Amino acid sequence: MSTIDTTTDAARLIGYGLRPKLLPTRDEEYRALVARARTDDDFTAVVHAIATGMGLVVLEITDRTGIVVAATEDSPFAIRMTEYARRTSSEGKASERVVHALAHLGAATLAYPRPADLADEVYIGRITTEGVDAFVREACARLADRVDDEHTDTSATEPDLETAWRVYARKARTGSTGDGRKLSTSTIGVTSKALVFLADQGLLVRTSEDRGGTYRTTPRYRAQVREAGAVMFTELLSLGITEVNDGTGTITVGWDTATVNSL
Amino acid sequence: MEQVGVQPRILSEAEPTVMLVAAGVVDVGFAQRVKALACTAPLHDLDGRKAQVQSADFTVYQMSELALHTIDAVTLAMDFDTGADPERVVGDVAAQAAQQAPDRPPPEHQKVARWVLENLINVGSADRGFRAVYGLTASDGGYRTYAFDFKLLEEVPGADGEIYLRTTNEAVNVLVGALEVDIESAQIAADLRLETLIRRGRLSDAQAAAQTARYRTIQYGELLRQRLEATGRDVRSVDWLTEMPEFLDEAVGHIEARYKAENAILTNITNIRDTADTADRKRQAAQLVEIVRECLRRHEQLQAAVQLAGRRFRAEQDRQTFTAARAGATLDLHAQLLVPVLELSVVAADLVLATYFVRSTGTVVPPAVRLSDLFCGLITPPTEREMLGGEVIAPDLDVIEPEPPFPDECYELLEELLDLDPEAPRRLSGLLEAARKMHPCLGSLVVIRVLALAAQEIHAAVRHGARDVLMAIDDGTPLEDHEFAGSDLIVARAALIPEAEEGAA
Repeated sequence: MSTIDTTTDAARLIGYGLRPKLLPTRDEEYRALVARARTDDDFTAVVHAIATGMGLVVLEITDRTGIVVAATEDSPFAIRMTEYARRTSSEGKASERVVHALAHLGAATLAYPRPADLADEVYIGRITTEGVDAFVREACARLADRVDDEHTDTSATEPDLETAWRVYARKARTGSTGDGRKLSTSTIGVTSKALVFLADQGLLVRTSEDRGGTYRTTPRYRAQVREAGAVMFTELLSLGITEVNDGTGTITVGWDTATVNSL
Repeated sequence: MEQVGVQPRILSEAEPTVMLVAAGVVDVGFAQRVKALACTAPLHDLDGRKAQVQSADFTVYQMSELALHTIDAVTLAMDFDTGADPERVVGDVAAQAAQQAPDRPPPEHQKVARWVLENLINVGSADRGFRAVYGLTASDGGYRTYAFDFKLLEEVPGADGEIYLRTTNEAVNVLVGALEVDIESAQIAADLRLETLIRRGRLSDAQAAAQTARYRTIQYGELLRQRLEATGRDVRSVDWLTEMPEFLDEAVGHIEARYKAENAILTNITNIRDTADTADRKRQAAQLVEIVRECLRRHEQLQAAVQLAGRRFRAEQDRQTFTAARAGATLDLHAQLLVPVLELSVVAADLVLATYFVRSTGTVVPPAVRLSDLFCGLITPPTEREMLGGEVIAPDLDVIEPEPPFPDECYELLEELLDLDPEAPRRLSGLLEAARKMHPCLGSLVVIRVLALAAQEIHAAVRHGARDVLMAIDDGTPLEDHEFAGSDLIVARAALIPEAEEGAA
């Protein structure tokens, strides 16, 4: 096969990756391309090269999910938080963006509560809108408990230095507007938007209407969260705010006495 | 260190707490008093603003009283599992408003109640909460201002998708008049006060103290509920090794002490009620008895929940911990990402979360438009579509008659054969023989019919007033036949005599 044909096929495979709801099991051509990428190293190298050129990262190529790609920050395919927050809510202030992003991170954390779940390819998480909100709120409440004895209120003159958990905890959980709709700026409203968005992106699957919407995860979401988590972890490490652990998950959740004392 | 407490707390550092204290954060006690004051501000504010309401004249109402009633109503109606129904709360408060201004129309009472409720939720603000700004002088002599965010009533989602109300801790504290005190010690104080008051016969004060005790129990229940809920989500989010058992012990201790205290009080005030000399005192004592009974009921509720807590934890642990075998662990989203980022300042968190968001949400495909495509698209006339669409052709269906299993003439012959004389019953073997002579298929039909006769009941025939009924009776004689086997049934047409309850065979 000529180089041009190979390149065309590789680009076509990436094209499939940009349509996350397509699966190799449903499409003969897709399946053939995935099979080739898994067996032909030269072809795989071309796929990676094209992806890099477009500002994409190939996360995995499997028979189940097909090709999973993630965008880098400067990729034309990236969904930027500034746009997302503008698209879904008012203002576009930093505090607004943080609440939106926390809903996304909270959803991933609740979907994969244990470190092992994120590594387990067949693990399927199940999350609800209200559950995700309650989970993030609980984490905020724990932090609030921890600082109870100290005087840590936000300075009124420098609102940018307010901690993220305060911003989240301060927002209304839910509420009704005058015309009977649910309040979209409440944290449940924001979480609901995040989960609906992820479902639209083919990363979650809506299973029922219970508790504000119940979703299950897809293998694609797992790959995406793992990559995003790793990048964010590096970012936090560079700020010196998180720490490496041995991956057993024992000192993980941070609520036991030893961890609290060590903070 | 300029900004105390808003610095990202560095986990690898050994003694951040010491640093905070050394930075001289000010008079915490003073801060608490300022905050306590701030919590009551929304209530006073209602009275201040009632004159400004354009749509109605609210000046006759005592708004801060109504607000306290609202918080009372929500706190009392709020159950272990759900919150208070807003409509019920509005109803309760409207009744109070009616007492304040009996000559005003009931719709206005409703309106006032709703106004108070909405203001306590602070519907107008984006976060539906209150913010108070206060200043403190730090140890270095500088004066800095801080923000204190709080809510009084909170809207929470119910299991049925509706919105319910819950009072926040701040609201409960405003109600009992002590901000951020240790629950347990306040309880002891309340008990002592209650006992003293009853001993001295000051029943109206005793009533208030009993109510205070009840709020404390409700608070315990609320805390327990929150922790059990968290356990349901993730066992490890609640410390069941030390913290939770301690809390449960505390709660059990509380219940135990309350039981003793309230039973003692109950005996005491029942005495007072029965021996009271004035009607007013009798009434007060009777009310107090009711409140204490209600307290006891609340304690029982809490106790039941406490007893179930351990079992619920073990069930959740089984469900969550002992599921699938563990693969190699990678990243701990909760401890390594969520918690650290929550502790960051908004600006830093925004940057870090942006990197997560970009990678985790997938991709968006920007539309690429060629001008020529756009041009073609624009000049192409829209395809005409008929309003009603094509004609629907009714499918031509053939009716297929089911073929009878036996030829028609067989049924006529059967009727003829079974038209028996009531006086002359026949055996199945005889009928079979006769049938085979009449038609080759008739034998099977006779057997089917006779078996149906053997199974039939005669009540229906009696009810319909028939004169006779065809029956088949088994007298134990075996059937000798080359085609069928079984009993040689006696087939008879039995006459039904109206007087007789049962026809004779």
